[in-house]
Amino acid sequence: MPTTADQTTLHVPQGPALGDAPSRPRPHTGRRARRGKRLLNRSTPYLFLLPALAFMGVGLLYPVCRSVWLSFQDWKLGMAPESAVFSGWENYLSLLRDPNVYTSTGVTLTFAFTVVVLEVLLGVALALLLERPIRGMSLFRTVFILPMMVAPVVVGLIWRFMYSEQFGILNKIAKAVGIGGVPWLSSQEMALTSVIIADVWQWTPFIFILAMAALQSLPASAIEAARVDGANTWQTIWHVKLPLMMPVIIIATLLRLIDAFKVLEVIYIMTDGGPGLSTEILSLHIYKTAFVSQQLGRASALSNLLLLIVLALSVALFVFSKARERQARKVAM
Amino acid sequence: MAKRRKNSDLGLIGYYALLIALSLVCLGPILLMLTTSLQLKTQIFDDKAHFLFMPTVSNYVAVFEQEHLARYLTNSLMVGLISTAVTLVVGCMAAYALVRFRFMGRDTVSVATLLLRMVPPAVLVVPVFMIWTYDFDLSNTLSGVILVYIALNLPFVVWILQSFIEQVPNQLEEAARMDGANPLQTFFLVVLPVIRPGLAAAAIFTFRIAWNEFILALVLTNRFTRTMPVMVSLYITEHNIEWGQIMAVGTLIAIPPLIFTFIASKQIITGLTAGAVKG
Repeated sequence: MPTTADQTTLHVPQGPALGDAPSRPRPHTGRRARRGKRLLNRSTPYLFLLPALAFMGVGLLYPVCRSVWLSFQDWKLGMAPESAVFSGWENYLSLLRDPNVYTSTGVTLTFAFTVVVLEVLLGVALALLLERPIRGMSLFRTVFILPMMVAPVVVGLIWRFMYSEQFGILNKIAKAVGIGGVPWLSSQEMALTSVIIADVWQWTPFIFILAMAALQSLPASAIEAARVDGANTWQTIWHVKLPLMMPVIIIATLLRLIDAFKVLEVIYIMTDGGPGLSTEILSLHIYKTAFVSQQLGRASALSNLLLLIVLALSVALFVFSKARERQARKVAM
Repeated sequence: MAKRRKNSDLGLIGYYALLIALSLVCLGPILLMLTTSLQLKTQIFDDKAHFLFMPTVSNYVAVFEQEHLARYLTNSLMVGLISTAVTLVVGCMAAYALVRFRFMGRDTVSVATLLLRMVPPAVLVVPVFMIWTYDFDLSNTLSGVILVYIALNLPFVVWILQSFIEQVPNQLEEAARMDGANPLQTFFLVVLPVIRPGLAAAAIFTFRIAWNEFILALVLTNRFTRTMPVMVSLYITEHNIEWGQIMAVGTLIAIPPLIFTFIASKQIITGLTAGAVKG
């Protein structure tokens, strides 16, 4: 509503400067002129934006650009910046030759897609199962968001403790049931699964909360219509609720996927990428390349690889939500 | 059919049973940390799980006797509070400009903000470390950490506050303008008070990120400017892991966000669902 109104006044001619804009409504022009006055000073929006742009420029945009520049340099951590040598595509080429990079990328993709698929399936299923107006739901919802409020470092600590082979609670339970000890974090085959379980624990509630909210905002008329037509619960879910929830599910999935590529702390604490490289996701590999192997240029090239993946996902998210907005506007009109 | 199920007691019992089971899954690990932090070493390493035990604060005492814990707590609080305050003020001004004004470059700023929000901290680690160390001389200072957290949080804050400002009726601002308020006055005295719920949501999320963040703090701080997550991570790399003490520090880190969750769960859910659900 305000969008279209403002756009119509976009071409109102410039008037007195900011500060002396108020009152004295011109005769006969009414609303339009008052709105026009708001735009009289073109610098106002830039003044409001400037601090934010400055912070984001210095803290995000400039570092990202600098990282691109760095990826073409050969520079060791601890050496003076003057010692950096331009090395062309060498950093990228050496990444391509390095089997560890492929392993790490594979681990990252496996981790990200597995956790997101599990979390979306579980979260949506639970939301459908638990959708019912009951007393105390808000308390349960509060409890469900607790895992994602806990610091990732602390989540890593908790799960590392629970996974401990000698005294971890999970193996205590396993022994009590008679399964015997499980090498949760110490075996190459098991470690990634264990890390995935921890992430699913922390983030399934996110999908659940979003799916719940989506369910509650569904038009009651559609569900009522399905019921009148004689659809059973399952048919209603499959043919009415899920299709209507789909936009939210897709956005939630993309958001989670982007976040899954950002994961670092939990794995750093739980396994530090090991055993071997079995849980060495890209973000951790970047950190180690820079601060353990001390190759800053190479780490930057890796950063750009990760950035590219996340950027592609973000653009997908952006295009999708724009398309959805447009559709919603069409429906509203 | 749905109706029939709603009326059956058995269904309702099963329903609550599932809810309670899920709550236990969510709470269990957190409670385990809390109880472990209150146990003696012998109980932690015992073969049996201890559900009933005499709680002891000895781990907390030991942790606080460590030289720098109070300092690290202060560091974390300063970083969290200052970066949250600055992010909120700067962020809502930007959000206001993006919602209420049409100007050249608006769409560019809007899209750039959205995309910057997605930049993984791991991507920032190397360049920020380098720039802070060699260009700005900010490494190992709290200001350096605060600066990067403000930048990191701004895109989200701008984005979430936009949806709140959109809901402020235009007439309110027009009335203020008629009364002779300049844009800054209109913003601070009229718009800000109305979007308080949005500010609360943004504040909680910003503080949580700043309080919990680890990897940037790890490379940007030294033993004087460390924050709590960095400190606890250093505990674990030691050979003889004192789980009771680690869990005590972990509990200290977890407490503020958990308190926020209980007093402002509505705002948090707003923050989580904004955008995704409304579009």
